[in-house]
Amino acid sequence: MNALTALTLKASETTIPVVSPSDADGPFTLLWLIIALPLLGAAVLLLGGRYTDKWGHLLGTATSATSFVISLVLFVTLLGRDEGERQISQHLYDWIEAGGLHIGLDLLYDPLSALFLLLITGVGSLIHVYSIGYMAHDPRRRRFFAYLNLFVAAMLMLILSENYVGLFLGWEGVGLASYLLIGFWQHKPSAAAAAKKAFVINRVGDMGLGLAIFLMIVTFGTTSFSGISAMSGGATETTLNWIGVLLLVGACGKSAQVPLQAWLLDAMEGPTPVSALIHAATMVTAGVYLITRSNFVFELAPTAQTAVVIVATVTLLWGAIIGCAKDDIKKGLAGSTMSQIGYMMLGAGLGVAGYAFAIFHLLTHGFFKANMFLGAGSVMHAMDDDVDMRHYGALNKMLPVTFLTFAMGYLAIIGFPGFSGFWSKDKIIETALVENPVVGVCALLGAGVTGFYMTRMMLMTFFTDKRWEKDVHPHESPKVMTIPLIVLAALSVLGGLMLAGNWIVDWLSPVVGHAEHHEPPVPVIVLTLLTVAVVAVGVALAWFLVGRQEVPRTAPADVSFATKAARADLYGDAINEGLVVAPGKATVSGLTAGDRSIVDGLFTGGTTVLAGTGELLRRLQNGYVRSYALGILGGALLLVLTLVVVN
Amino acid sequence: MEFVKPELEYAELLPLLIVFGGACLGVALEAILPRGTRRLPQVGLALVTVVAALVATVVVGVNLDEHAGAAGGEGRGLVGAMGSIVVDGPTVYLWGLLLVFALGGIALFGEQRLEGGVSAFTGQAAALPGTEGEREASTRGLEHTEVYPLLLFAVFGMLLFPASGDLLTMFVALEVLSLPLYLLCGLARRRRLLSQEAAMKYFLLGAFASGFFLYGAALVYGYAGSVSFAGINEAVRAGSANHGLLLAGIGLLAVGLLFKVGAAPFQAWTPDVYQGAPTAVTAFMAAGTKVAAFGALLRLLYVAFGGERWSWQPMLWVIAIASMLLGAILAIVQNDVKRMLAYSSVAHTGFILVGVLGVQSAGELADGQYTSLEGVLFYLTTYGFAMIGAFAIVTLVRDAGGEATAYDRWAGLGRTSPLVAGAFAFFLLSMAGIPLTAGFIGKWAVFTSALSAGAWPVVLVAIACSILAITFYVRHIRLMFFTEPSQDGAGVVTRSSLLTSGTIVVCLAATLVLGVVPGPVLDLVTGAGDFIR
Repeated sequence: MNALTALTLKASETTIPVVSPSDADGPFTLLWLIIALPLLGAAVLLLGGRYTDKWGHLLGTATSATSFVISLVLFVTLLGRDEGERQISQHLYDWIEAGGLHIGLDLLYDPLSALFLLLITGVGSLIHVYSIGYMAHDPRRRRFFAYLNLFVAAMLMLILSENYVGLFLGWEGVGLASYLLIGFWQHKPSAAAAAKKAFVINRVGDMGLGLAIFLMIVTFGTTSFSGISAMSGGATETTLNWIGVLLLVGACGKSAQVPLQAWLLDAMEGPTPVSALIHAATMVTAGVYLITRSNFVFELAPTAQTAVVIVATVTLLWGAIIGCAKDDIKKGLAGSTMSQIGYMMLGAGLGVAGYAFAIFHLLTHGFFKANMFLGAGSVMHAMDDDVDMRHYGALNKMLPVTFLTFAMGYLAIIGFPGFSGFWSKDKIIETALVENPVVGVCALLGAGVTGFYMTRMMLMTFFTDKRWEKDVHPHESPKVMTIPLIVLAALSVLGGLMLAGNWIVDWLSPVVGHAEHHEPPVPVIVLTLLTVAVVAVGVALAWFLVGRQEVPRTAPADVSFATKAARADLYGDAINEGLVVAPGKATVSGLTAGDRSIVDGLFTGGTTVLAGTGELLRRLQNGYVRSYALGILGGALLLVLTLVVVN
Repeated sequence: MEFVKPELEYAELLPLLIVFGGACLGVALEAILPRGTRRLPQVGLALVTVVAALVATVVVGVNLDEHAGAAGGEGRGLVGAMGSIVVDGPTVYLWGLLLVFALGGIALFGEQRLEGGVSAFTGQAAALPGTEGEREASTRGLEHTEVYPLLLFAVFGMLLFPASGDLLTMFVALEVLSLPLYLLCGLARRRRLLSQEAAMKYFLLGAFASGFFLYGAALVYGYAGSVSFAGINEAVRAGSANHGLLLAGIGLLAVGLLFKVGAAPFQAWTPDVYQGAPTAVTAFMAAGTKVAAFGALLRLLYVAFGGERWSWQPMLWVIAIASMLLGAILAIVQNDVKRMLAYSSVAHTGFILVGVLGVQSAGELADGQYTSLEGVLFYLTTYGFAMIGAFAIVTLVRDAGGEATAYDRWAGLGRTSPLVAGAFAFFLLSMAGIPLTAGFIGKWAVFTSALSAGAWPVVLVAIACSILAITFYVRHIRLMFFTEPSQDGAGVVTRSSLLTSGTIVVCLAATLVLGVVPGPVLDLVTGAGDFIR
């Protein structure tokens, strides 16, 4: 079963590896446990109720941490294997048996899912630890940890499944957990509304993914990665384009890409650890995973691939522009997340040349964005849960650890040479410039805007004049919160090591394929310097516009049209309202009226007629035997007559 | 005329003989034992008899293969007792089913806890209602233990009915099963006038219908020169000049049987009798009579008149549609649980008749489809369990005047006794044919079978009527769970002994299992094979 390299499809100029895993043996038989542990934790905490209040957070953290340890052991074991033997599957049981359709609950452990496992369980565990401190005074802390565990289990199911149906199970599971956690403080109407919004918009994306799966079942008769990767060469390009576009719709919903982006900014209503884990590091990157995992579809579907690139480019600028105008620190970070996922999508949309860099950026972003979200949480913790950066200022002395760790994240995201984001973003921009100059320039521009809005955030929070109220006494967070920050800051700095010796590209090539290397039109070093220069311009602009001037405590109203648009999320909600919500409401009210008058009318009218008939017939049942006997006689005559007449 | 000594296949007829012997022994016990000590021996005897007969039936069924092709036909089995009794696959299946339902009947008959230590049957049937004699019988705690032998006689008739091999045996079986039931219907302890009126109506109309049957038998004999089904079949296939005679005969015979199954327009007795009879009797009668009479109807139509299929099918179309419509519509306007169930049983008769219209030979069917015989047998199984279970629950819901069958007494029952109301709701859902209950699979089987025979107009009506029927089933569920209890006293669920509650649990389990994993029973039904001649 380990004839991985034997089966490869020739498509255009690149080779697409076929998924053909071998059965799990040795430590890999523990694979199921990685999902089962957090799932068990969620079950115990949810079913155990208040009896588990005392130690619930510890159990939740322990299950997640244990999963991390197992993931680490498996990763090390995988490192020791030959490249051809790095795909392992575990069959749990036959899930759906319907005629010719067989869907098993199968898990797949390969270089791609191995990296995701480490990210999810690693960052997940750190955020669990951080939440112990962050949620310490929340009366529903145990429930919070139950949901976190549920999320981790679902996310692991998503990335470990060997077929699209299992992936969909995890996909819906993370959607549910996200809904529950965004609305965790459900007593706030804004949180409840945000949860609902996220759920509804995700439904659109999920519908796309669902349709893609149906189309795969119709086309290939299977949903397993191994089956489809072996057969995708035989399907028509039109079919594959449709599957690809539908998968992209799914990815847009989950990863907050334009046009399904509107929910992510509102999702910041959830507790900050949730924003860090779900809405920055892991769940929102599931779309990138989906497209990378479906490389055997996208490589043969050029139209769908182009669509991915367009969506990605629009989103990376869209998110960056929104990020420039937000005064809410979390919303600023959310806009940035959107933009950074745009970069990852761009990488994935560029095909074989970009998949590895998309995943690379996904991992580094997971580190530095989780770091900054948790840092923002630490700041909010210090500022009595105030999120408005206009009320901050000069916090670098008051919150030294938070400041330093946040600064590491900041340097990483803007792509300061040497920091992790520098390596990963630079690679995507470079590949984009090679593949398509227009897209490449947009990506370059995005990097400059990133430099601007991140510097603005940094300055408004930690530098400039202090603008907080008298009764606010900023204080550094407890160790249980700062230690995860330090770990993540270290990862933000050192994440770039994954590129050392082109390791991550080689590591992922059994999954995503190996691309011919195209020489860029100008030397790589020129491109890198160009990127750094553009970023420097952005940073400098922020310095002059924000750092050198007085920051007003309330946002000025007389601002340019561009600022107004960015503050309104580039009118994403208004567009949704006009295009979907208003027509939808009109249709619903029309249908309701039709239902009331026509359907209900028919129904009640029908029952009235029936009841009337019943009352009439009832009179025949008068209780007299003589009438009954007459009825029998009449019936008998009728019967015999029918017989004679018919024949 | 030479007299031939009849040869009897004792081994194969053993179930019949056991039940008949048990019934006779029961009568003897009545004579020997003093009043007051009879109940236990009678219940024990009835139970032992039915269980022994059930064991014998299983043995006969297992050994049925030995007689494969004995009669030269496709099916398995033998024509015994000089051609008057046919023991084949369907017979054995129906025997088993009837005996299981008889067990339920005995259990419900034996219940004493609900009436505070006495059975649901009158203390002294001969005492006029409202007289000193009745009061005396009541205060002395008298009870009629004759009900057990009567039940066994009825069971004997029911067993014989679908097994009969000629018209005369069938007529005798019809009477043997009917007479004890007439008596049982009149023996209610409470509301005796209603009970006696029901018995009287049942008896008069039953006798009337038997007349039709007998006249039809005479006409068919005139046509075919034989009363045995095999002989009639040959004559029908050979054809003869007097076709009118045959048609009239088929029609009149059908009247007699359709009366027993309670098909429209011969259904008028059902609500009155179901309501008036003691509920234990209603439960047993509703399930047992329908099973036996449908078995007999199928045998008559398929075996004797199979060659005239195109003649009698239009007639059954009309009857099926009329039964479903009438049953469903009239059930909607009822306000008494027992009457509602009675009308629903009329609708079920219609549904089963839809199955009778289906494809008869397995050869014409694709894999996974059912012949009409298989569909009907399965439907009867699901229907019987649901009916016995539902009526058993009716015996539990009581007020000061005994069983409270009026709708307003059932309002809000789901709040005071969620378990009982839930079980009743489950039986109703099964009767309505909701998936995951036995009723759904039953309806599926008969409808698909009729559909493959091209009877789609009837199936369309059947589906429409199923939807209509949901109206009154669900309305009753709503009544139990979502309506405030009425001000002037709601019915209360009385604690019963294990006899009633056990019956309910068994019926509930059967209804659930047949709905979720119908496979084994469907295999059994398929394995029963065809009728033989």
